[in-house]
Amino acid sequence: MDSQHAGARDIVYVVRRYNPETDAAPHNKEFTVHVEPGMTVLDGLHQIKSEQDATLVWRFSCRMGVCGSCGMLINGKPMLACNTQIMHVAERILTIGPLPNFEIIRDLVPDLRPMFNRHISGMPNIRRTDVDPKAVPTDEYYQTPEELTRFLQFSYCIKCGCCMAACPTMATDKEYYGPMPLAQFHRYNVDTRDGGFEQRKKIAGGPGGVARCHYAGECSNVCPKGVDPARAIQLMKRNLVFSYLGLIGKKKPCGTIGPDPHAQRMDGVPDAPKYTIEQK
Amino acid sequence: MRETKFWTWHLLAGCAILILGSLHMITMHLDGVLGLFNPAGPHALDWANVAARAKQTAYVVIYILLLGTALFHGFYGLRNIVFELGIGKGARSFVNAVLVIGGLALFAFGTWAAVAAQAV
Amino acid sequence: MADPKKYDNRLGLKGWWGGGRWGFERYLYTLHRLTGLGVLSYFVLHIFVTSSRAFGSVAWEQWMGTVAGPFFRVGEFLVVLAFIFHAFNGVRLILIELGFAVGPAEEPIYPYKTSLNTQRPLMIAMMFLAGVAVIVTGYDFWMLH
Repeated sequence: MDSQHAGARDIVYVVRRYNPETDAAPHNKEFTVHVEPGMTVLDGLHQIKSEQDATLVWRFSCRMGVCGSCGMLINGKPMLACNTQIMHVAERILTIGPLPNFEIIRDLVPDLRPMFNRHISGMPNIRRTDVDPKAVPTDEYYQTPEELTRFLQFSYCIKCGCCMAACPTMATDKEYYGPMPLAQFHRYNVDTRDGGFEQRKKIAGGPGGVARCHYAGECSNVCPKGVDPARAIQLMKRNLVFSYLGLIGKKKPCGTIGPDPHAQRMDGVPDAPKYTIEQK
Repeated sequence: MRETKFWTWHLLAGCAILILGSLHMITMHLDGVLGLFNPAGPHALDWANVAARAKQTAYVVIYILLLGTALFHGFYGLRNIVFELGIGKGARSFVNAVLVIGGLALFAFGTWAAVAAQAV
Repeated sequence: MADPKKYDNRLGLKGWWGGGRWGFERYLYTLHRLTGLGVLSYFVLHIFVTSSRAFGSVAWEQWMGTVAGPFFRVGEFLVVLAFIFHAFNGVRLILIELGFAVGPAEEPIYPYKTSLNTQRPLMIAMMFLAGVAVIVTGYDFWMLH
């Protein structure tokens, strides 16, 4: 921390407020917060709520950058309020607004449902084309560490919506799926256990899909977890184009390991406990 | 999948323009520095140079290819921008129709000019 | 339960221009669109003007006379600039969007390096080449004509 940042001081929080019952449009309200070094933007909001205005509303849960609830527009940039120290981003004034490109429910609470619905429509789970995973629940799939790194980065996504708020296409186009859902399409497409590419490419190659991304790169710039949605989308574009041009064949999901025929039970290992629910 | 198809051809057309358009720009705008394809001196827009190029079959083919690829690339790009303004379904169909008809008309007119100029 | 009234917070066209303290690539994105539109509008006029060669030298010279003068000359140079930028940035975008310049997925380690960092040398090289092309073409355009 710079020397000029050291020491406690008062910082003015300019908070964007909107009450659907009384307001036609959002407006700003100022609060003065006494900031100690180490305080996060979220701490400041809590201080306002407990000491100045109990009606201020925002969404939060874990306070440690894991749950993805407290994405906000902090000094004009989408960030997690819990992950951002006030003194790292503000000298005297700190502006806070709800994430753009969503609808505001109240004050700093955006309606993230459109994002989640699109995420779900991309089938964010392992799709098998050969076997029903429920039929062989105890079998393990083959996967090397190299194959794991192809999607591990994208699986760190906490669905906070910061990328959606930063994307220029999202600013105008209601039909665009957005960086988060599309990056998650790719996360499953390149998973060797998955065989859902043929289904997902119908959406990803459709009117709301990857053709609407032009690599402004903002989603990767603002992602608080380093997930790099822009990279996922560009890599998926390659798969879509190569698949259209016939340069790559259909992906075959990896096989299962199956029981080891040479495995022997070690001495002295007790039996597994009895099932506590009825087995069909 | 339709967008993937269009977008793939948008990229391929871009690659074609990179080669053909660069050739065109080198001919027209580096006429003083390089002087390529300008038999009648370093002024690419002089009639003698224009007529000489217009008579070469290779150049006519290049012009028509460049016309087609540039129209597709440009109109698809325009369609991207207009679509991303968030227009409705009806407006999208209308924009598609205007671009297809306008593009084909411009392509037909430019091709006619390139072929007809051979005889001048 | 009926949905309560909500306020649509999409940034609209303003959102296409944002940038500055976010990322440099956002400006290239905006400029790529603007130059594309500029080159396209020139191109449509260009088809009509240059098609006059099909009507012979008189028609050609007449059209060339119409589009002479400082207004069209500066305009033409702007189109050349736009074309050069669009071409070099387009090469970068094709390499990126086909996944060749963004690098493979990697473990995110704070401070995060993203695909923006991976493509940045390419971006700088392309902008440098575009600058060289602008200087050479500008010399031809303004000094030799």
